[in-house]
Amino acid sequence: MSKLRWAPLLLLLLPPFYLDMFWLQAGLFVMAAAIGAIGLNLLTGSTGQLSIGHSFFLAIGAYGYVYFAGESDGHVAGLGLPTPLAAVLAVVLAGLAGLAFSPIAGRLSGMYLGIASLALIFVGQHVLFNFEKVTGGYNGRSVEPMNLFGFPFDGSTDLVVMGVPFGAQERLWFFGLVLLGLAAWFAYGVLNGRPGRAMNLIRDQQIAAGVLGVPVARMRSAVFTLSSMYAGLAGVLLALAFQRAVPDYFGVLLAFEYLAMIVIGGLGSVAGAVVGAAFVTLLPQLLTRYSDSLPLVAAAGGEGVAPSDAARYLYGGAVVVIVLFLPAGLSGLRVPFLTPRKETTP
Amino acid sequence: MTRLLELLINGLSLGAVYALIALGFVVIFKATEVVNFAHASLLLLGGYVTAVFHDDFGFVGALAVGIVVAAAVGAFVEFFLLRRAKARRDVIGIATIGIDIVLTAELSRRLGTSVLALGDPWGNKVVQFGGITIAQTRIAALIVAAVLIALFLAAFKYTPWGISMRAVAEDSETAALMGIRLGRISMSAWCVAGALAAVAAVFIAAFPTPGLDRTTSLVALKAFPAAILGGLDSMTGALVGGLLIGLTEALVGGYQNELSFLGRGLGDVAPYAVMIVILLVRPSGLFGTREASRV
Repeated sequence: MSKLRWAPLLLLLLPPFYLDMFWLQAGLFVMAAAIGAIGLNLLTGSTGQLSIGHSFFLAIGAYGYVYFAGESDGHVAGLGLPTPLAAVLAVVLAGLAGLAFSPIAGRLSGMYLGIASLALIFVGQHVLFNFEKVTGGYNGRSVEPMNLFGFPFDGSTDLVVMGVPFGAQERLWFFGLVLLGLAAWFAYGVLNGRPGRAMNLIRDQQIAAGVLGVPVARMRSAVFTLSSMYAGLAGVLLALAFQRAVPDYFGVLLAFEYLAMIVIGGLGSVAGAVVGAAFVTLLPQLLTRYSDSLPLVAAAGGEGVAPSDAARYLYGGAVVVIVLFLPAGLSGLRVPFLTPRKETTP
Repeated sequence: MTRLLELLINGLSLGAVYALIALGFVVIFKATEVVNFAHASLLLLGGYVTAVFHDDFGFVGALAVGIVVAAAVGAFVEFFLLRRAKARRDVIGIATIGIDIVLTAELSRRLGTSVLALGDPWGNKVVQFGGITIAQTRIAALIVAAVLIALFLAAFKYTPWGISMRAVAEDSETAALMGIRLGRISMSAWCVAGALAAVAAVFIAAFPTPGLDRTTSLVALKAFPAAILGGLDSMTGALVGGLLIGLTEALVGGYQNELSFLGRGLGDVAPYAVMIVILLVRPSGLFGTREASRV
């Protein structure tokens, strides 16, 4: 039974063969957000360190990739490195940025870190808007498509699998799935091993953690660095899915969205982060797509509440409701047939 | 020299307004140990209500309505979220982000792209003395903030309410055993914070700013660094932090042509940079109590 538990995940291989562009694109955003949310959940959910600076690291990942992979032209600069190398470097760069913040991330606890990390966003936005050579300024810049060992992740070459033409979205779907799988697997590893126990102890009893020999400050900054690398990876995938990186996107609201994701999904849970990411990311897109048939939500240009606003009411409200009534988040809900009971030792 | 003096006075006045916001923030933290991330949206709400009603009730009447509404929403949040949630305090802090998202979404939807005037009596008039030109709103801000802060500190020190508030901040369980109603104290803290934010909104949106628009809440976010660099649990810290942030912003903004190698719009970022520097040296802020724990 327990081995078959993961079997339903194989269904995730099917969508590129059946669903249209809209859903694949939405799915890609979910995957990118899920990777970022897993990282934030390691920090906020498992270690109890609030961060509102997450979108800054997403921006570093996205722009790091764009800069390393992109070609220089008159307007923007780029190094033109091979794309896989650029992606790895972008993640490393995000990690280094997180490490650079570690004198703060290691010393401040919880809420203090939350407000301090707000600085990252504003300083980050300032840099993004002024560093036009790298970011393309207000209008952003386009993203070089991923090319893995001669296999391009865009529609430039023809590829037909089982009668379905594989364009950019279909190919990226599998790429994103692999990245998300690896990210989740690694996070499970961290949480179930010694670091995970140390992180939870820092969250619950910081003094006890210190007494038991957990290097609290070092652990905190290590988790902060790891979480910013996750954000960097999410940023890379996001840039690939968007095909354009715009500085304005990486603002306070995005950071709030990521916090909403992990609270809605369930603090400290990897699966919860994925569920929350799906909820928060899909909501505005679904509301936009079905705005014609939904009451109260306005179609484009019509009267009523715009879909993006409606989505904000819903996930903002969901955060409050979940904190009040479902402290373990959506992943704390148990569906009787699907979730096996935990085996308890007598 | 006159330019420096002008900038200093403007900075002090801006700082006094930030101090008002930060004070509310600190009061909430002291009374409930929750960081209120919805503070910026409470401020936007107070300003919005004032702007909407100033034609009907006049400026003072509208401001009174704005204060009452912001205080009421603060009390509402306290009553329905803080009292009922069993979660950890920092998770409740994230829940206030949820409230902020909803409230800001609604207000910016109503505001759209318009810029609302608040109908304050000072308009764009200026005062000149000895070659220095200062907008009347800036002087009014300084005076009003100083009076409110003095009133608040006096109430905190001498009234029964202030004494219970301090007792709760010191040790809430013991305070409850002494017969202090924790619920009332925490709700009153939220009311005071909302009211102070509504007053601050007037001066944030007044001349030389064009008026209240959807970015006003971003301006209000600068009170967060003000609160934290002074120390989240210190009133003095909030005042000093507010003034420091205000002065930094005014000076850096005023001399940004000389600092142009750091990019445009530096005045908006400088407060955050100052916060980072101070936190590096003193992790619990300038006046915050250091976390000391006995094992």
